[in-house]
Amino acid sequence: MLEIKNLHAGIEGNEILKGINLKVNAGEVHAIMGPNGSGKSTLAQVLAGREEYEVTKGEITYNGKNLLELAPEDRAREGLFLAFQYPVEIPGVSNTNLLKTALNEIRKYRGEEELDTMEFLSLIKEKMKLVDLDQKFLSRSVNEGFSGGEKKRNEIFQLAVLQPMLAILDETDSGLDIDALKIVANGVNTLRSKDKAIIVVTHYQRLLNYIIPDFVHVLYQGKIVKSGGKELAFKLEDIGYDWVKNGKQEEMVTQ
Amino acid sequence: MDKAIDIKDWYISNFGEFEKRLNGGKESLIHEKRKAALSNFSRLDFPSIKDEEWKYTSLAPLLKYNFSPSYEKKSVSKDFISSLLFDELEHSLMVFVSGKFSGESSNLLNLPEGVIIGSIAEELNNNNQIVSKHLGKYADHQNNVFTALSTAFTQDGAFIYVPSGIIVEDPIHIIFITSLDNGKIITQPRNLFVAEKNSQVTIIEHYVSSEETIYFTNTVTEIVAEENAVVDHIKLQEESKKAFHIARMEVDQERNSNFSSHLISTGADLTRNDFNSKLNDEGSECTLNGLFMIDGTQLFDAHTLMDHAKPHCNSHEHYKGILDDKSRGVFNGKVIVRKDAQKTNAFQENNNILLSDEALVNTKPQLEIFADDVKCSHGATIGQMDEEAKFYLKSRGIGEDSSKAILLHAFASDVVTSIKIESVRNYIEKLITEKFNQ
Repeated sequence: MLEIKNLHAGIEGNEILKGINLKVNAGEVHAIMGPNGSGKSTLAQVLAGREEYEVTKGEITYNGKNLLELAPEDRAREGLFLAFQYPVEIPGVSNTNLLKTALNEIRKYRGEEELDTMEFLSLIKEKMKLVDLDQKFLSRSVNEGFSGGEKKRNEIFQLAVLQPMLAILDETDSGLDIDALKIVANGVNTLRSKDKAIIVVTHYQRLLNYIIPDFVHVLYQGKIVKSGGKELAFKLEDIGYDWVKNGKQEEMVTQ
Repeated sequence: MDKAIDIKDWYISNFGEFEKRLNGGKESLIHEKRKAALSNFSRLDFPSIKDEEWKYTSLAPLLKYNFSPSYEKKSVSKDFISSLLFDELEHSLMVFVSGKFSGESSNLLNLPEGVIIGSIAEELNNNNQIVSKHLGKYADHQNNVFTALSTAFTQDGAFIYVPSGIIVEDPIHIIFITSLDNGKIITQPRNLFVAEKNSQVTIIEHYVSSEETIYFTNTVTEIVAEENAVVDHIKLQEESKKAFHIARMEVDQERNSNFSSHLISTGADLTRNDFNSKLNDEGSECTLNGLFMIDGTQLFDAHTLMDHAKPHCNSHEHYKGILDDKSRGVFNGKVIVRKDAQKTNAFQENNNILLSDEALVNTKPQLEIFADDVKCSHGATIGQMDEEAKFYLKSRGIGEDSSKAILLHAFASDVVTSIKIESVRNYIEKLITEKFNQ
């Protein structure tokens, strides 16, 4: 589904990603872990098409298409979804308005009929239960005045409504209490299927107790320095990231 | 400078012809006023950018043209008029074509007893005492060259009178259409709205043109809100993009009166909008909201004055601008709180979005406070469109144009949503969409 080859990218002349290679197949869940500043969020933003980041080298293929040539909105219409680390507040735009416009633009792109108001509302109601959000929330402005937890739940709500093929969660677990974490994880797990894929970017192993990954990658200084199964996450939890920082990767890799 | 003098002489030279066509109105009291205003006009100069009040607005483009009053009788197609109506809104309609009241296009619906909706020209002919009492009383022409010009050429405009205790439920929609003429024309609508004690009325002034031509609208509106009266005023300015629109509105507010104004301005090459409200007695409230959306080389200049003369009055002012291309915006909001006006609440805010690097806004709040127990605030912002918000919308599959439109609607929303009539709100939402989805 997604193949990243030798990806180099940065912002304002600073190279942050220094040769990422990653292959994600349909049905898989990949976790990308790493200490702060390792490039995790940059990778997520580059995948979503953030204009500020410049790709200097490498390629990304998504479902056979050159992802880097697609505008952010077309990436979304092709089924890519980024749950933001810091969801943006948009005063004056209601959650309903955002979702209805998004859903219908995506459907139009795919040559599907637009949803009428009744169909839309029943879909929305069904998905709201999943993330335990109140009805009143729909008429509120997008993320405006939301608590950190509400913002993250809203991202998962959007994910549930838009039903992407490839979901990228950028530190969706940060700052969540255990109840919110379970809600978020549950929302993500309902998306899991053999034709969809998920990339979970996280700093902590905790989320991976609830969203069990098939693969774990450790990102450090713009490169994936270690890949493994879910047991790698537990190992990281035990010994922390210091081993990568202290230049002991070799030791880990050889184990 | 010489050009300005030439143009002044030009307008003065038009007066003879204007007078000739008045059909016997020359002996009336109003004609004495016209002549006095004309002599005032000849004494005054057109302001230049050296004048503090006109610092950012050069009148040079306006003074290039010799505009004359229109003496042709024009009519406008029904289809054009219906395109200007608000869907599903039952309302009284007054239509003026190139400055003159057009009875056949107008439609006055179930008005409560005693309410007068008429043309100023007719009311002057009928020697209406209310008109004589109020017309020109609030918009003084001694020191304002455009008001002097308007007063000298006073001919027609809308007159609305709501007697004491009467509630006019349906809004009154007044459309001023400038229609293609043989020459370059000036129209000078002169409006007077009087709401007596305990009355209520909603009035919409709507300025449009049937063709994209060069003309000059110089309009003066005087509004009286007597004790406990509620007056909601909406002005939609959609003039030709080549036109000049100079407007002055004077509001006289008495005890416990409640006046609100919404200005939506998208048209004209050069717009100057003066708004002055005098809160003359205790307990009165004034809301002044504005939204201007301009592009190309358009210039929009709003000068507002909230004059708090007495205690316990509230004023809220919120102006928003969306500027594209090389357009220029000016906002000058003055609030005076006089010595007696204790317990005044006066709030003012001006926010602007610049959609291009070449667009420019000059914003200047001016607070003059002489009382010591008041709450006043002001704020101004100038910014670009929120790129993060736009990216967020795009990342959800919403295209560039739709994302832009959504954010602009959101920006304008606090001005638009405070308009009480839904169909007018919808009309304005449509204007916003059309303006930026070309």
